[in-house]
Amino acid sequence: MAQVAHDAVTDADLRPFEVAEEPLYHPKTFIGKYIWSQDAKVIAIQYGITAIGIGLVALVLSILMRLQLGFPESFSLIDPANYLQFVTMHGMIMVIYLLTALFLGGFGNYLIPLMCGARDMVFPYVNMVSYWVYLAAVLILVASFFVPGGPTGAGWTLYPPQAVIGGTPGTGAGIILMLISLCVFIIGFTMGGLNYVVTVLQARTRGMTLMRLPLTVWGIFMATVLALLAFPALFVSCIMMILDRLIGTSFFMPAMLAAGEQTAYDGGSPILFQHLFWFFGHPEVYIVALPAFGIVSDVLATHARKNIFGYRMMVWAIVAIGALSFIVWAHHMYVSGMNPYFGFFFATTTLIIAVPTAIKVYNWVLTLWRGNIQLTVPMLFAIGFIFTFINGGLTGLFLGNVTVDLPLSDTYFVVAHFHMVMAVSPVLVVFGAIYHWYPKMTGRMFDETLGKIHFWMTFLGTYAIYYPMHYLGFEGVPRRYYAYGETAFMSDSAQDLNAAISIAAIIVALAQLIFIYNVIKSLFSGKEAGHNPWKATTLEWQTPHTPPRHGNFDEDELPSVYRWAYDYGVPGAEQDFIPQNVPSEEMAAARGQGETKAES
Amino acid sequence: MTATLIFLALLMGAVVWWLLRQTFNVKPWVASAPSGAQQGVGFLAPPKVALGVLLAVITSLFALFVSAYSIRMELSDWRPLPEPGLLWFNTAILFVGSLGLQWAWRGAAREQWAAIRTGLVIGGGCALAFMAGQLIVWQGLVASGYLVASNPANSFFYVLTGLHVLHLLGGLVALARTSGHAKAGALVKTRLGVELCAVYWHFLFVVWLILFGLMLST
Repeated sequence: MAQVAHDAVTDADLRPFEVAEEPLYHPKTFIGKYIWSQDAKVIAIQYGITAIGIGLVALVLSILMRLQLGFPESFSLIDPANYLQFVTMHGMIMVIYLLTALFLGGFGNYLIPLMCGARDMVFPYVNMVSYWVYLAAVLILVASFFVPGGPTGAGWTLYPPQAVIGGTPGTGAGIILMLISLCVFIIGFTMGGLNYVVTVLQARTRGMTLMRLPLTVWGIFMATVLALLAFPALFVSCIMMILDRLIGTSFFMPAMLAAGEQTAYDGGSPILFQHLFWFFGHPEVYIVALPAFGIVSDVLATHARKNIFGYRMMVWAIVAIGALSFIVWAHHMYVSGMNPYFGFFFATTTLIIAVPTAIKVYNWVLTLWRGNIQLTVPMLFAIGFIFTFINGGLTGLFLGNVTVDLPLSDTYFVVAHFHMVMAVSPVLVVFGAIYHWYPKMTGRMFDETLGKIHFWMTFLGTYAIYYPMHYLGFEGVPRRYYAYGETAFMSDSAQDLNAAISIAAIIVALAQLIFIYNVIKSLFSGKEAGHNPWKATTLEWQTPHTPPRHGNFDEDELPSVYRWAYDYGVPGAEQDFIPQNVPSEEMAAARGQGETKAES
Repeated sequence: MTATLIFLALLMGAVVWWLLRQTFNVKPWVASAPSGAQQGVGFLAPPKVALGVLLAVITSLFALFVSAYSIRMELSDWRPLPEPGLLWFNTAILFVGSLGLQWAWRGAAREQWAAIRTGLVIGGGCALAFMAGQLIVWQGLVASGYLVASNPANSFFYVLTGLHVLHLLGGLVALARTSGHAKAGALVKTRLGVELCAVYWHFLFVVWLILFGLMLST
């Protein structure tokens, strides 16, 4: 093993920053501390509560959809227009306003400064504004439920011309509010995203090299880079569609008849919208997935008491997935009538991106291999994620191939695929992450039994929901339909299956109440967690206070980092783990003599 | 999407190359005492890095618009609109503004307050004049019947020029703050502010050249 000699570092060796660090802003009032807060941890919790709140709305919408599908003609309050609006709002809220905001705004804000060893984000004020702009976007979106005509029912992809032209529900104020809300969201996100990227690049503490960053930070960092570059595509398409809708330009709107009359639109290209939308839409999948990948890696290593297998490969896989995610977008458009050579190209890139993704899966499994696996609640969710992600990923290989995709397109097979891979999988990670960091955020442990009940109901329940959907898809049952009536292709059992799916969905939704109850109850009556209940190595578990105070670390000195985040089960160590900020004894002794030797 | 893909390929190429250089020959599992050079990356001030990231985001935005433009113009209903001569004058004005800020930047490096103040005034004044010029161009086009919705070429012209002006407006906010620092005589803050403004002005000038060139050539 390499012996690297290092000279002792004194302050004189450190090059000064170009601009002096500004002291942290310390608020004195309640409002300054908890409402207009500039502390990334408070902002994280604000993001988290808002995202989960609007996510619950989307959950209720999905239950309404399932009631209609499982028991058609039983619920008179759901008409076809409402159904389409529920579908649309459910999808958009879950993908953008819940998952993107929660992973980047929530976990990003909480974990990046703590894990990098920084006192806060580099631009705390911009960070605060980012949250309030996000909240404004959510409120604009919610407002669309209350305008005449209701929210848009164009499907979460908002394809023109049907998103704009009469006949689709919510083409009045609904679609306009949706587009404006998205633009506002993107502006807010860009403010936050600048913070996350620059904090990771410039505010890491001494010794925290890029290759010592926990994979959580790597995942969130790369996802933020993707989001910063991909969200402009959504922004561009939203602006052009707003203009088409409001002042009658024809960016996307073709010449067409509506209700028997020629519209004023002429010559626009709906396919152009699809390209722009999916140019954002596919990286969006990885914006949600990469933070989940990162978090799962850290949770697995910590609870299996073993170093992550192939750390460098994990980092490069994250980077490779990020870069490749920009050249697969048109696999969402195989049925749009594209050139077959195009289809071939995008099918190829889609299969290529499966390689780094598979590397990650193998490495997670190899991390578990002969590890000291502790089946804690976060670990259960992390292992559940691996199962679900493999299932969803494999159906992705089916849909990535043009010839298989064509018959399966717009069926429940697609619904099953993307829910497995980018809905259930990341949500399992969200729960695992909340259970993992809850002791640090609140200083108390959650109720383990309730957590396990929550896990098993959610994990098994989602399989009860989505497995049968694959079968429905093979039968050719189309998605987005309000009711099926008599068809030649659907077997009688398909309707029974739909009813069973709906019952499972209701049970899973109710199981989430256990989670919410657990989170609130444990806040008051959970047992004291201590500083580091999971015996984890990363810096957030080494803070002097739990929950960490404003400024995160010791007031006089930031921690120095001596090692990577995965020193678990180290032979000869006092405990079975060594935190990142702990020098080995030899190193400390040598440092005392003015000379430091690194050990392997 | 070619324009966007080229931009992203270059950017991603740079990111991947940089990351590989940082991570390739490293053994992360080896513990060692931190050395001074490891803190931060090159010790750039965070606002400079942030500006770099922001410029990448804005480039992505305009590259996507350029892609949309080139896809949409292939369709049969595209009828180019005349480019008023005033646009050439506006381009020159924007260039002068960029030069002014470059001068201020040089002045800031040498602590020459007169140069800083003159440069800032030229930069801000030219930006305002450019915006006024664009407004006159719009009025002229509207008066001659080139309305925003009457042809996709017109729509793109108004959207692209409008978006460019909006970005310039954002720059003016930063310029106003920097002028405040300059007035107060805070050298470190002024120096940083002037540098950021100058880079942003140059960037917007290049973006304008690309947009103008695109509209001239089609």
